[in-house]
Amino acid sequence: MTIHKLSTPISEETVRKLEVNDTIYLSGTIVTLRDAAHRRALELHKEGKQLPINLDGLAVFHCGPLVKKEDDGWRVVAAGPTTSARMDLFEGEFIKNFKVRIVIGKGGMGKKTVDAMKKYGTVYGALTGGAGVLAAKAIKQVKGMEWSDLGMPEAMWILEVEDFGPLTVAIDAHGNNLFETIQTKADAEKQKIYRKLDLK
Amino acid sequence: MVTEKAVENVTVKLLQLAVTELPQDVKEALRRAYRGEENKVGKSQLKAILDNVELAEKTVAPMCQDTGVVIFYVKAGSQVSGLDRVEGALRKATVRATGEVPLRPNAVDPFTQKNTGNNTGRHIPYIHWKVVPGDTLEITVLPKGGGSENVSALGMLSPNQGIRGLKKFVVDTVINAGAKPCPPTVLGVAVGGGADIAMELAKEALLKPLNQPNPNPELAKLEQELREAANSTGIGPMGLGGKTTVLDVKVDYAHRHPASYPVAVVVQCWAARRASARIHSDGKVEYLTHKVAWKG
Repeated sequence: MTIHKLSTPISEETVRKLEVNDTIYLSGTIVTLRDAAHRRALELHKEGKQLPINLDGLAVFHCGPLVKKEDDGWRVVAAGPTTSARMDLFEGEFIKNFKVRIVIGKGGMGKKTVDAMKKYGTVYGALTGGAGVLAAKAIKQVKGMEWSDLGMPEAMWILEVEDFGPLTVAIDAHGNNLFETIQTKADAEKQKIYRKLDLK
Repeated sequence: MVTEKAVENVTVKLLQLAVTELPQDVKEALRRAYRGEENKVGKSQLKAILDNVELAEKTVAPMCQDTGVVIFYVKAGSQVSGLDRVEGALRKATVRATGEVPLRPNAVDPFTQKNTGNNTGRHIPYIHWKVVPGDTLEITVLPKGGGSENVSALGMLSPNQGIRGLKKFVVDTVINAGAKPCPPTVLGVAVGGGADIAMELAKEALLKPLNQPNPNPELAKLEQELREAANSTGIGPMGLGGKTTVLDVKVDYAHRHPASYPVAVVVQCWAARRASARIHSDGKVEYLTHKVAWKG
């Protein structure tokens, strides 16, 4: 359960050293992408077009932030993670194409994503769901908003962060998955619970 | 007289209170969970939650970026005049609060996928009406987040399974939900009525304070049993492990059709937000869930 302070861009070598249950505090550039933005990024890639920002070595954040427009630009009010499972559809291919090193979200991800993380060198950092103000406090600047036609939650927000976290490494680049371990235990516990409730 | 403007202003305040400050009973339940949690990672999640709650309250900022779909419960005194204008006032307040608090725009057309940008749309905000005796208007706002709503479930069980079927369905729902609904959650559980009635009662059960046991001793026992069962899954805060998977379980019921046994489970994230106020005929406003200095 080591604590790591990391800055973007992050190398594959650094990511490979991280293990499940480690804690990360991240500084540098992170980019929010939800369902619609993942889909668009992959479509653009397929057409051979560039994304608004090179994601190599950066972190993707599953988040639809609450942002307020002020005189001198945007201010992030609350930015907790959204449920990552919805992005399972895209994330494996996304990691392969764009070489992001940390995927930040909540609730964990499925086997296809875990496999891609192992193959290409990416970890999943679990951020406390709903802790939106705490997360916003570590966001120092909104560097850009792209794809505004998708609406505030779905747009791509490019954020400058400082000591963003704590991120719990819940999936590492060696195929370990903390969520799966806990879910397996819960499934095993189920029979005991049934018995206790006199259901079987 | 209860004026349209008063309803609008009180509702903007309620929306702000709901998303920036948890009711005392929810805060206490989270603190209790933090003290009792033994899993290191789980405890760190509860710490982050409590820090976040404190910071949100201090800075009057929404504690979570998902400020939910806005749902109102209105208890309208039959002697209140101008009830036909209340809906308009609630919609206006929602639009205003979206800009002023702010709230995240969360109303999306299911066909065009277009976000209206102001949290209003067809049937949204949703309003539950109840006509009661008297001359006061009581408004409750329940901003309901999407992550927890997505794991809510309805089981049209067999009456032969009875209460055992209900217990199994609740345990299975909690385990299937895993980390997704931002545990520790609050479960609203209802049985009977019909598919829609069970779901409605289950959601309304989320408005009950967490520190009060069910007045019906049978239901209180069932709630405790379900709470203990859910908390022995080991899912824990944020699904990262621990013994706090639910903060509480609230059960309600309706009589059922002989052939049906509908069981509804509505899951609420740890940010169990709600706010209520009563507007009196003399214009006085009584806030029921939050401490607010009364301004005439």
